[in-house]
Amino acid sequence: MSTEAADAAELAIRVRGLRNAFGEQVVHEGLDLDVRRGEIIGVVGGSGTGKSVLMRAVLGLREPQGGRIEVLGVDALSDRARASGVIELNTGVLFQNGALFSSLTVAENVSVPLKEHYGELPADMIHDLAMLKIRMAGLGEDAGAKLPAQLSGGMRKRAALARALALDPALLFLDEPTAGLDPIGAAAFDALIKTLQKALGLTVFLITHDLDTLYTICDRVAVIGDRRVLINAPLAEVERFDHPWVQDYFHGPRGRAAQAARAKEA
Amino acid sequence: MSQPPSIEPSERQPGILVARGDWTLAHAATLLALLEVAPESAEDIDGRDIGRLDSAGAMMLSRYAVKVGLGLATVEVQPAYQPLTGTVQAICENPRRVKRTDYGFREMLARMGFAVEDYTRETLALVGFLGLTLKTALGVLLRPARFRLTPTVHHMEQVGLDAVPLVLLLSFMVGAVIAFLGATVLRDFGAEIFVVELVGIAFLREFAVLLTAILLAGRTASAFTAQIGAMQSGEEIDAIRTLGLDPIELLVLPRLVALLVMLPLLTFIAMISGIAGGLAVSVASLGMTPEMFITRLHETIEVRHFWVGVSKAPVFAMIIGLIGCLEGFQVQGTAQSVGERTTSSVVQTISLVILLDAFAALFFMEMDW
Repeated sequence: MSTEAADAAELAIRVRGLRNAFGEQVVHEGLDLDVRRGEIIGVVGGSGTGKSVLMRAVLGLREPQGGRIEVLGVDALSDRARASGVIELNTGVLFQNGALFSSLTVAENVSVPLKEHYGELPADMIHDLAMLKIRMAGLGEDAGAKLPAQLSGGMRKRAALARALALDPALLFLDEPTAGLDPIGAAAFDALIKTLQKALGLTVFLITHDLDTLYTICDRVAVIGDRRVLINAPLAEVERFDHPWVQDYFHGPRGRAAQAARAKEA
Repeated sequence: MSQPPSIEPSERQPGILVARGDWTLAHAATLLALLEVAPESAEDIDGRDIGRLDSAGAMMLSRYAVKVGLGLATVEVQPAYQPLTGTVQAICENPRRVKRTDYGFREMLARMGFAVEDYTRETLALVGFLGLTLKTALGVLLRPARFRLTPTVHHMEQVGLDAVPLVLLLSFMVGAVIAFLGATVLRDFGAEIFVVELVGIAFLREFAVLLTAILLAGRTASAFTAQIGAMQSGEEIDAIRTLGLDPIELLVLPRLVALLVMLPLLTFIAMISGIAGGLAVSVASLGMTPEMFITRLHETIEVRHFWVGVSKAPVFAMIIGLIGCLEGFQVQGTAQSVGERTTSSVVQTISLVILLDAFAALFFMEMDW
């Protein structure tokens, strides 16, 4: 009983019996997921298994058809009004395509949540905070004045990451952060996430297809399949898990290559 | 749960400042005020009692440390926060300033220059686009099998048929207003009967085609720009090109042909509806019978007025179609750009239509047509 309570305090996200359906089509049924504070969890699964749907449900962007979701100890579903305040202030989201506001410069993009929630701060303070986040995301000072359309794909991801970090969130959601980046850019982005996670003490919920990302930065991996979480464990354990999809995924040609690369580094 | 931040001299060693509480973004305003009044100098800052620290708090701590002549590196914090202070220090204490934008007289001149350059480029682009479209049209004329009939009919429905109720209603209203104005002025001369000529000539020569063209400029040019612009930002136009297809043949010609067919037809509808509006007012407030109105119309209005009016329709159709499509092709990938281009296409088409109509009116008067 007491261990249960202690566990609950350490959990950043706790999902129980989640059900998501689009009309007749059921995406999740009885899905359970625990994300511990301060870890990087990699969420993997085949296309169409509902990784993004799960993220949207946790963020409150989508109302599930059943189940319980707790984010940072707040019940996200029954106490909607309180939960949305907590979730907005304590989570940052990096959407798949960045979702930067195309009519605002990068610095303005990062300032948007700061101005919205901390409007009492002086303008130059907000600007400095925005520039700090931009530099933390690995962009130069001059990137702040640029429009998203003037940035390359990798820089746009970094700018979107800066915006996601604007409010110093405890929880960071990343939806396929390395998709569309070249291998060198992807590796640099992985390293950046790891550095920031350490420096800011973030909990990171990371949806990815990228095996290299899983092997280099994730503390644990949750595999979604058959409408639920098949396994949620450190990578070594997941690799041995007996499920056809998991075996194909980790022991296919790409999985073996990533393992080999990891082994060489270690 | 959250402790307000504080910074004050240590009781034992007054030279050392001790920071306590939560140095987080949520307390940023308090911190800002606190650091304003904090001592101007210190031997050392002790941050080990800081409960929670985030990057905003670290930034302010770093600024203060620099202000009192120390650096964030000398401030001791809990081990868990050392990576954070390290990162923030590396960024904040190696500032690189960017130059501010200049808003002076030179800037104004530069902007005027850019605007002139823009207009020149747009005019050239429009003329070039006209040429390209005509060339493609000629190619299609030589090989009629390449003409896309299905999209053309689809656009005819959207551009023409769907606009009929709007054209009917607006023309009827304007016709009624003109008849009313005419009746009020002409009554003083006892010449109310001339309302028939006023409404007839005004609508046949000018208003029907002008109203229809302005309506379609707002309704259709904007739709064309937004459709093609969305395709442009989704790289669909590039896909069309790489598949060996011609975007002008595929997208522009069907729209242009649809407009060329439908605008004269809509103009005709607008003429009938406008005259009907005039008739309604004449019957209702001038005591004319419908027969009188129509007989008078037959006797006094020559068919040349109709031809003058309707001859302008294809020209306006070209303007609306060309500008609508060209602006769509010039969209540059952002939502902002789609908005700007749509606005620009409506503004350009409406002003060009009115400008050309004014020149045409002068021309036809001089020619006595």
